[in-house]
Amino acid sequence: MMGYPERVLVTKIGFDGHDRGSRVVAAYLRDAGMEVIYTPPWQEIAAVVNLALQEDVDVVGVSSLATDHLILPELVDALREAGLHHVRVIVGGIIPQNEQPELISAGVSAVFNPGATSQEIVETVRRLAQEARIAREAAEIA
Amino acid sequence: MMTKSHDNADARNLQASFDDWNARYEREIGRDRAVVNRSGIEVRPLYTPLDWSEDRYADDLGMPGEPPYTRGIYNTMHRGRTWTQRQLIGLGTPQDYNQRVRMLLQQGATAISLLPCNSGFRGIDCDESPIPLLGTCGTVVNTVNHMDAALDGVPIDRISTAMNDPTPFTLFAFLLGVAKRRGVPFDKITGTANQSDYISHYVANHMFYRLSQPGARRVFVDHVKFCREHVPNWNPVSVVGQHMQQAGATPAETMGLTLSTAIQYAEDCINAGMDPDNILRRFTFFFDISISFFEEVAKFRAGRRIWARIARDRFGAKDPRSWRFKFHGQTSGVDLTQQQPLNNIARVTAQAIAGIFGGLQSMHTDGFDEALACPTEASARIAVATQNILREEAHLCDVIDPLGGSYYVEALTNEMEEKILEVMDVIEKAGGMYKAVDAGIVQRMIGKSALAYQNRIESGAEKVVGVNCYQTEAEVQDVETYRPDRAAMEAQVAEFRAFKAARDKRAVSAALDDLARAANGAENVYEKVVDAALVGVTHGEIIACLRRELGFGHPQMVA
Repeated sequence: MMGYPERVLVTKIGFDGHDRGSRVVAAYLRDAGMEVIYTPPWQEIAAVVNLALQEDVDVVGVSSLATDHLILPELVDALREAGLHHVRVIVGGIIPQNEQPELISAGVSAVFNPGATSQEIVETVRRLAQEARIAREAAEIA
Repeated sequence: MMTKSHDNADARNLQASFDDWNARYEREIGRDRAVVNRSGIEVRPLYTPLDWSEDRYADDLGMPGEPPYTRGIYNTMHRGRTWTQRQLIGLGTPQDYNQRVRMLLQQGATAISLLPCNSGFRGIDCDESPIPLLGTCGTVVNTVNHMDAALDGVPIDRISTAMNDPTPFTLFAFLLGVAKRRGVPFDKITGTANQSDYISHYVANHMFYRLSQPGARRVFVDHVKFCREHVPNWNPVSVVGQHMQQAGATPAETMGLTLSTAIQYAEDCINAGMDPDNILRRFTFFFDISISFFEEVAKFRAGRRIWARIARDRFGAKDPRSWRFKFHGQTSGVDLTQQQPLNNIARVTAQAIAGIFGGLQSMHTDGFDEALACPTEASARIAVATQNILREEAHLCDVIDPLGGSYYVEALTNEMEEKILEVMDVIEKAGGMYKAVDAGIVQRMIGKSALAYQNRIESGAEKVVGVNCYQTEAEVQDVETYRPDRAAMEAQVAEFRAFKAARDKRAVSAALDDLARAANGAENVYEKVVDAALVGVTHGEIIACLRRELGFGHPQMVA
């Protein structure tokens, strides 16, 4: 189904600089054969959108350990505005349960809590990348 | 002669009886599990005088308060004066902080600590930040006025404060502004620049957005110099091993990297003309205390010993105060779990005991909800009470270094020391910490260990209750999470804008010009940071100016 490896952008938005989680997850995705575009923390939303566009990614994975997920809906909107409707957004880290429904309804495809295994993450990213490509093809045909 | 052959006979008997036991052990245990601690040291099932014996007492231990300080840096240790209970707090507006800090002081905290909002770490003011991110993980403090409100009713001439603020130390400048306003002389200000360690920020938190590494280095040295001249009872240096361990370094790597960083800072200050005895006694350290209990105890005991040698032999410090390895310990948030969050109270307790037995001078215990959010008032109370219970009810302060002389702990302390020295050797060969960071050596070491540890959790080699074993059905947390009041935050931003508009604009721009000139010349830059803060220049403005003059940092991308 996938003609070439999944392309995933692993990043951090907002103000937190702790990158242990994003580095470890990036390594797991890379070891699973995906093409990982990794940024250091503290990215502006506009910069993430540009990178997603330039690198033609299927999935944007955001690590949030210190409430940066609260501006995640802005990232989803900005991706849509840039025409990247097919790109799937996922988040992992410290995301309180009661704030997760809001993220999902804002268009985030998956939330990974601490304790998520690398296998779960890899499988979900694979599935979402596939969805993203199908959605993109559908949009191109239409 | 008699005694010696007698000793040899004893040793032979000991070896023989150990061998007997070992044979019985191997027979009964069948296939033994390999136990390796986080630092990679193999842990054996039994330790005896064959691993560490009392004839090494004088060399390895000595008495508390004397080199090599393995048993503690003070003669009386916790029996004379218990550790300082310093809870790290940062939340909401300065008023929110003030309310929390007064409550904690009432509950038994004996010193305070202020953590700024993440927007501050990013180097910007509250009016440039998205409202949802303000005050969620730290207090918004951008001016002397904010600091004054945060410390309202707090006697800063009697209570020791810690400012968790890396270069260019704007929070400390604001604190000095408050002292001036209240007529408190600078020599009455005590406490610590808790996060002055810009190197650890670079390798663990990517603090490159504030200043370039050379810029941070310049301001750091000027700040130490300023403090030694004007604020004599303030500790301007805190070397933060905590950042590196939280980012994934093993306990031994952490101690090695921290000591190597301290060497770098000492050299930089000495090269700038400061006297080793004048600065080293104001060096402090800040560590994570993980739940790897004995390993942490050994880490601290070994670190104390190594630092004493460095200060005395390498830097030639003559004053014993310069040899003392003073440290603050914070129970590690990395070990806390989002699953079954109340279990974290037990974890924090075990971590705290390791820190106490490790001989710390100051401690923060985490709230059980810190794997979810900033602690609520209720969880903060339990965290403080945990320290009180350990001290008052468990009697952990009655005996100095109670694990000293344990065959295991002494052997492990020696093995940790070897590991730590190996790490320090790698850094030394790279030309010191500054160059090692520039070359990405440190970042690579930390990243590798972080991945290795996660692999251990995934494989089940490292067990985490509620995460990879003993999971329960209902994992959904039902604890309350702290979020600041958005309306209060909007009001704070509005007030801040009004403050900026009403300032004496000429004084502000003159102060910024002075700061820029100092940055490009030989004057003390930090002196100008303080002057600027006093006339109402804000945190973000100071950083923007220094960034312009001293350069932006750049991220170190290390695979």
